[in-house]
Amino acid sequence: MRITQGCFSFLPDLTDEQISAQVQYALGKGWAVNLEFTDDPHPRNTYWEMWGLPMFDLQDAAGVMMELAECRKVYGDRYIRLSAFDSSHGWESVRLSFIVNRPKEEPGFRLGRQEVESRNMRYTTRAYSADKPEGHRYGG
Amino acid sequence: MDAPLTTTTNGNDAPPERVDLRAEFNEVGIGEVLDQLDRELIGLKPVKTRIREVAALLLVERLRKRMGLATGNPTLHMSFTGNPGTGKTTVALRIASILHKLGFVRRGHVVSVTRDELVGQYIGHTAPKTKEVLKKAMGGVLFIDEAYYLYRPENERDYGQEAIEILLQVMENQRDDLVVILAGYADRMEKFFQSNPGFRSRIAHHIDFPDYTDGELLGIAEGMLREQNYNFTPEAKAAFERYIAARKTQPLFANARSIRNALDRIRLRQANRLIADLDRSLSAEDIITIEAGDVLASRVFATGEGGGK
Repeated sequence: MRITQGCFSFLPDLTDEQISAQVQYALGKGWAVNLEFTDDPHPRNTYWEMWGLPMFDLQDAAGVMMELAECRKVYGDRYIRLSAFDSSHGWESVRLSFIVNRPKEEPGFRLGRQEVESRNMRYTTRAYSADKPEGHRYGG
Repeated sequence: MDAPLTTTTNGNDAPPERVDLRAEFNEVGIGEVLDQLDRELIGLKPVKTRIREVAALLLVERLRKRMGLATGNPTLHMSFTGNPGTGKTTVALRIASILHKLGFVRRGHVVSVTRDELVGQYIGHTAPKTKEVLKKAMGGVLFIDEAYYLYRPENERDYGQEAIEILLQVMENQRDDLVVILAGYADRMEKFFQSNPGFRSRIAHHIDFPDYTDGELLGIAEGMLREQNYNFTPEAKAAFERYIAARKTQPLFANARSIRNALDRIRLRQANRLIADLDRSLSAEDIITIEAGDVLASRVFATGEGGGK
């Protein structure tokens, strides 16, 4: 099951050229670009790990692409996302975020049902991959 | 150099068979930058000639690319050698602008660094630091001042080596993204290249910056004063000529930089002279004029002219 989140989630994965163009757009706006990775695909997982520090004061997307290539080399079997942070007053938050790398195989989620009082039902989703310990989830 | 030329090729390619060199030249607007270089930088004849040559080469390279004859981007890394204050940084800025106009770098900014910004203090500190700088310089020009400090042969565990390796790798693999300019004194750069042959082979253009002559230094001084709305009296000008000759014989002479510092001190003395007499009413003429006394009060005359010669 293909996980989607962030901007462009309705599109096929962006090519490197397209990623580079998006990064250049973000840099042009003065946003700091940041790379994060995780192997916990749950949509409510907000604790992605940072790949180095956010990149401030860059002029050209090539610098970000260099880091992305390196991050892929190490964590190519995990989800990597790119976010752009706007530090200007009033915003001070992430303005753009999208997935730039995903594992080859995404096993998807199991839907758990729990019967509770008076025939009510509670649902939960659990990633199949999350059964394995962190760092061993996608064949890595 | 601006003869109206039209190049023709034998026309085997689908891309344009003929290009109008003048149109191309005007279109990229480097003529303007080159003229500005001529106008604003005094002296530096060999440097200007070299830059014109490089610009011509790049212009032709650009045409070749349009005609489908080019094979990848040429190596553009450079080394600037010369004494302090000979205009290396200023020329680097102009080069960046030329490269940008010709489309060989995408942004045309210059990131100027020294050893401190590239080399870390402890194990594992250097690589991220160097990469940080490289990332900032991507799409522009990385200007490494006093590059030979990166290599410290007396300490084999020096982290400079690590920075050098990362630099070399990026200089080789990301030639399209970044142009590196190494700068420093001629003799020490020579030693640096000898001990790091990887650098020499990756650098296409070695440009040597000569020292300024006395006349050129005077011209530079007058230019700086004009920019700041000051003026020498004829006597002050003569005094400053003597100052230049005397200053040159003293240690730590840094060409144009020394001149700028001298002018700053002269302006200080002029201001003090004006303030000394508070009851006087000043005209604009008084305020912009630098008199011989302001120049002659310099320490250089006390030690230089009398003691030195």
